[in-house]
Amino acid sequence: MASMNAIRDSFFEECEELLEALAEGLALMARGAHDAETVNAVFRAVHSVKGGAGAFALEALVAFAHRLETVLDGLRAGRIALTAEVMHVLLRSADHLADQVEAARDGTAVGPEATAGFLSNLDAVLGGPPTPVAEEDPCFGFAALPLDLGLPAEEAPQVYRIRFHPHPALFANGHDPALILAALADLGALEVTLDCSGLPPWPAFDPAASYLSWTLHLTTAEPETVLHEVFEFVEGLCDLEILPEASAPAEEAPEPEPAPAAAPPADPPPKREARPAEEDGAEGRGPKPTLRVDLERVDRLINAVGELIINQAMIEQSISVLSLPADAEVIAHVEDYRLLARDIQEAVMAIRAQPVKPLFQRMSRILREAAEATGKQARLITLGEATEVDKTVIERLADPLTHMIRNAVDHGLEPPDRRAAAGKDPEGTIRLQAAHRSGSVVITLRDDGAGLDRARILARAVAKGLVPAEAELGEAEIDNLLFLPGFSTAEQVSSLSGRGVGLDVVRNAVAALGGRVAIASTPGEGTEFTISLPLTLAVMDGMVISVAGQTMVVPINSVIETIRPGPGDLHRIGTGESLLAMRGRFIPMIDVAAALGFPDRDPGEPPLLLLVETESQSQCALVVDAVQDQRQVVIKGLESNYGAIPGISAATVLGDGQIALILDADALTSTRAARPAAA
Amino acid sequence: MHSPDTRPADAEFVTFQAGGQSFSLDITQVREIRRWTAVTPLPHAPKEVLGVMNLRGSVIPIYDLSARFGLGPTPESPRNVVVVAMIDGQTVGLLVEAVSEILSVARDRIQDTPDIRSETARQSITGVIPVDEGMTRVIDLAAVIQARARQAA
Repeated sequence: MASMNAIRDSFFEECEELLEALAEGLALMARGAHDAETVNAVFRAVHSVKGGAGAFALEALVAFAHRLETVLDGLRAGRIALTAEVMHVLLRSADHLADQVEAARDGTAVGPEATAGFLSNLDAVLGGPPTPVAEEDPCFGFAALPLDLGLPAEEAPQVYRIRFHPHPALFANGHDPALILAALADLGALEVTLDCSGLPPWPAFDPAASYLSWTLHLTTAEPETVLHEVFEFVEGLCDLEILPEASAPAEEAPEPEPAPAAAPPADPPPKREARPAEEDGAEGRGPKPTLRVDLERVDRLINAVGELIINQAMIEQSISVLSLPADAEVIAHVEDYRLLARDIQEAVMAIRAQPVKPLFQRMSRILREAAEATGKQARLITLGEATEVDKTVIERLADPLTHMIRNAVDHGLEPPDRRAAAGKDPEGTIRLQAAHRSGSVVITLRDDGAGLDRARILARAVAKGLVPAEAELGEAEIDNLLFLPGFSTAEQVSSLSGRGVGLDVVRNAVAALGGRVAIASTPGEGTEFTISLPLTLAVMDGMVISVAGQTMVVPINSVIETIRPGPGDLHRIGTGESLLAMRGRFIPMIDVAAALGFPDRDPGEPPLLLLVETESQSQCALVVDAVQDQRQVVIKGLESNYGAIPGISAATVLGDGQIALILDADALTSTRAARPAAA
Repeated sequence: MHSPDTRPADAEFVTFQAGGQSFSLDITQVREIRRWTAVTPLPHAPKEVLGVMNLRGSVIPIYDLSARFGLGPTPESPRNVVVVAMIDGQTVGLLVEAVSEILSVARDRIQDTPDIRSETARQSITGVIPVDEGMTRVIDLAAVIQARARQAA
């Protein structure tokens, strides 16, 4: 039972990869790559899904995959031309296949009528009624497939061309090529060609030399690594070349001679170290070898590394109180320790990092669905797909990004006729880009639509009572109204983006990841959203500060600068509030101690101000007592054992073992900003 | 320690003193007993939440049990200890004046909480167990720490 479930799980895991390969292949085809390789890759992906599904008796899935496969086969054979229409059907069918796989995994059902619709689309492409389906359906041949599921890279049989030339040392070490050939023959159909052209004339024959070499063609479903394993013990004792072959059989074949003539032992002459191991280093060929690891194990490692960093800070602190001479050896060692700990931490974090590509691929699907639902034409351009981000960040970005893509299609892009009238391509372009920028990940989503209608946004916000009617708001401020809870611009609620969720949900989701969203828009040219996120969720660079006798941490990337104001720089306004005059501008100040409900700070103490940027891109100064240090801190959640605290994002453990709370500068400034608006 | 009862024990409780009264917690919920160390206060926290403490890398909130039951804050003393308890995956610490003993009692000796006026006590105490010359109050840990969630909401 349990093992069956494990096999099933691994099938769905495989499916995820296969569907990814499918999406990737189709995307290439959509971009105009018609080569056999691409179509084959797509075909193989669908075929493998079908095969696996057959083993689990997922009949609807098998039937659908089969029909899709038939179309792909027709495409491959040139019976079907790849028109834009066919491409569209393929893309949508691939989406539906993914739906079916998901449904099968979750044990839910996909509406048969939906499937029927996709099937009839496929049939239309095939140019006729359904091909006689299940009769000769090859899926019946897949009954034994579950046994193979555990193996990496399950694929259709592949032909490998192997060149094998033993060195004399191979014989000297007691190996026998015949046994190696027999082992290969066990893996699949083996075709052996002996090359004895190296044999010298009899008088020159050295019985201890090695004159023979073999060219083998092996047709096998085993991955290449298995082939290398066969040669594991003779590595370095022979010239070996294993190459996957497209399809063509042998090209050069000297007179075939069956039985391998084993040469006698001893003597080590010519090119022994000519090229021992480098040959089978498997570089560049195929995907890099990867390891699938239980996420829990990685997280345990990450926790341990977090402890290591805290421990390092503790040791550093204990040593600093000893006031040793600056050249003390132990200080140098601790410095090395610090660097090592940081290296380890970065390496471990890299394990959790994953490229955003699968996430972006999902978005192109969301875009197609949104375009279909709204009757608009849209195309997604993705850039920076290889950018790596923490796995959790990727998972938690899926919902906000989905929402933003739908928004961009629904509200951002104009209908095709309006676009044409404005002299634009009727097909709208949405660009999704990921990039690393100074310690954070920036994801931008830009549409080339009409841009934000600021007058309407303002009118709506006033109508909803979100801003007073007489408010004078700048463009950026109006744009940011979109992020207010309870704001929705769609005049009629569409099924697509009018689901009662607004951009405030997006903002909250991003904020929960320690990131922020910004918006920029140019009328007639489009709107751009920028999400910036921390690279990892586990460690950050923090500024250690004191507030009302408490030690706290502020994320360094939220602090623009620190200011020690002179007496003339602060100006009282209203009751108890002050503004900071800086470079000709007045900046609001937030007393952190007061905002957190801590005892008031000593007014005699000169305040220190941390200039931070608020969500609406204006600046704000946080009043604190002092900055103690800057260091890397390990982020410890508060929510699991306690709960969320307004103004505090998490906690960390300092070098002395004490806990310090991490300030959420955005929340501090926005709760503040919300107050006058609410009043 | 020894129980006054000789019948087979059904349940074990850790008993401790808080606000001059005896309380107890099901031993299966108790993870460890630690010496009191300084805590980091939390903003916007109710007064029985003293702050958070570092327990081998985890951040755990510390509740003053005496304050929680309206018996006033626990006076500082070197004897004070923190009872680390876990419920539903949530780890918390309870500051008490002292741990008394481990009590083994038959389940049928646990009496329901008598009808009392104090709402805090009624909601956070699941029963009482007679001991020697008095009784010990069995704490409903979930109720003790949930009060915060309700306040915050």
